[in-house]
Amino acid sequence: MAFYRPARWQNAAVIVSLAMLIALPELLTALDQSYYTGFATRVLIFALAASSLNLVLGFGGMVSLGHAAFFGVGAYVAAICYDAGIHEGLLVLPLAALFAGLFALLVGAISLRTRGVYFIMITLAFAQMTYYLFVSARAWGGDDGMPIYERMRFAGFSLLADEALYYLALGVLALCMLLFARLAGARFGRTVQAIRDNETRMEALGYPVFRYRLVCFALGGAVAGLAGALLANLTGMASPNLLQWTQSGTLLVMVIVGGVGYLWGGLVGAVVLLLLEEFLLAWFEHWHIVLGLLLIGIVLFAPRGVAALFGKRHG
Amino acid sequence: MADALLEVRALSRRFAAVDALQDVNFSVAAGEVHALIGPNGAGKTTFIHHVSGALRPDSGSIHFAGREVTHLSMHERVRAGMARSYQITNVFAGQTALDNVALAVQGRPDAGSSFRFWRPVVAERRLFDEARAFLEQVGLDDQAGQLAGQLSHGEQRALELAMALATQPQLLLLDEPMAGTGPEESARMVELIEHLARHVTILLVEHDMDAVFRLADRISVLVNGRLICTGLPDEVRQDAEVRRAYLGDHL
Repeated sequence: MAFYRPARWQNAAVIVSLAMLIALPELLTALDQSYYTGFATRVLIFALAASSLNLVLGFGGMVSLGHAAFFGVGAYVAAICYDAGIHEGLLVLPLAALFAGLFALLVGAISLRTRGVYFIMITLAFAQMTYYLFVSARAWGGDDGMPIYERMRFAGFSLLADEALYYLALGVLALCMLLFARLAGARFGRTVQAIRDNETRMEALGYPVFRYRLVCFALGGAVAGLAGALLANLTGMASPNLLQWTQSGTLLVMVIVGGVGYLWGGLVGAVVLLLLEEFLLAWFEHWHIVLGLLLIGIVLFAPRGVAALFGKRHG
Repeated sequence: MADALLEVRALSRRFAAVDALQDVNFSVAAGEVHALIGPNGAGKTTFIHHVSGALRPDSGSIHFAGREVTHLSMHERVRAGMARSYQITNVFAGQTALDNVALAVQGRPDAGSSFRFWRPVVAERRLFDEARAFLEQVGLDDQAGQLAGQLSHGEQRALELAMALATQPQLLLLDEPMAGTGPEESARMVELIEHLARHVTILLVEHDMDAVFRLADRISVLVNGRLICTGLPDEVRQDAEVRRAYLGDHL
């Protein structure tokens, strides 16, 4: 493998997509389909969460099966903030990223001492421990989760309208993708990608491998926390289900479908998966069968994922 | 020896029932080329792994540049000034030769932190200028833009060396740099190492006896995990135990 390099037409594609995404709520309203604004917001949020996992998995080479824990912690931070009377998104979102990131730092500091299957298992174990912690935490609603009766504000603006929250999610996603894009080509991104490819060699070049991995893992956790906080505000709920291992699995599938280690992999995977779910479910209850076939198809015929079309790894 | 750059004292390591290294005392003086030879399975690579920090000894200590490094990790030893090349070529095959060396330059303490998240590396001309200079040193400047995986075996060996050099070591640990190369490439590698030896101390593990006797200032012989002899090339050549244990009629 080599360092990620964007396709030449990436910038043009990004500008066009961004313009379309900005126009989307207007378009949906014009078509009298504004119900889908909420759905579109959900897609953006999962794109963010999957992209954060892609940073850890695709760029850092760490197969984590516990990423939903950080997603869920972000959601609970949002709900706890609401409960505590903190309604300003400029405070809530950084707090969610901070707590999720610190938690990832703790989990990573222990898990990253293991490799391979052991790493997968230990991240899974941490996530499930966190899940049961929230299930049994009465003060935070236990099984039922924790409601957010009124969405946070952002810089004083109300997010009650679905369009407003949509634009906030779009803005956060765009900023994070910009960060990931820069990071991939910066010293840090090259370092973690090289560690993914050959850990021992990097150690022998004098790189403190553990430290770089840990920071990458924590950064991924922090961004997942942002996504969780946005989702809790969208659904008005922080529920323990968000931390379930199945949620980690869903994020993993999104990254694999989209393209592991490709900048847009997480985003593309989230869009494909959620669109499939939304529209297949409408006329076919067992849509997971279609999803399964799709997964097999991708693994067999496009093992690098859909986003492989958008960038390459070879110079 | 007062001016020993590397000093290994009473190093022992057991793998299950096998004594891989037994009470090895060994030193490399600053500025010399010290060759470590021995039959297959004698423990040479195991020894290099202990010096570089990939493995930890059961007992004994390792001192480098006046400081004990026995408990330092591999990357800490690299930062202290020890670099190694691998017996089996170990380069980033999917990246260009230049990127491979730039990565090595970037890892050096004086190149600054790699916790930089924004500025593209390709804009850091200094890294690549320096990387190019190291490629030139090993004669690979024309291959800078080629993927490392597409270089010939000999070129990959040279690239491996350029990466080790780019960490600007005081001590270079070369684990069979001639392994698998043809006679022509070997000759070029010998020339290259001869050239490098003017600037850096070298611990050389090698099977090619012509190369060893041409390059080495001193030679140590490892047999079954024991160091049986250390001396000038002529002394080693004459040593009865060495001849019996290993060299036979090669000399």
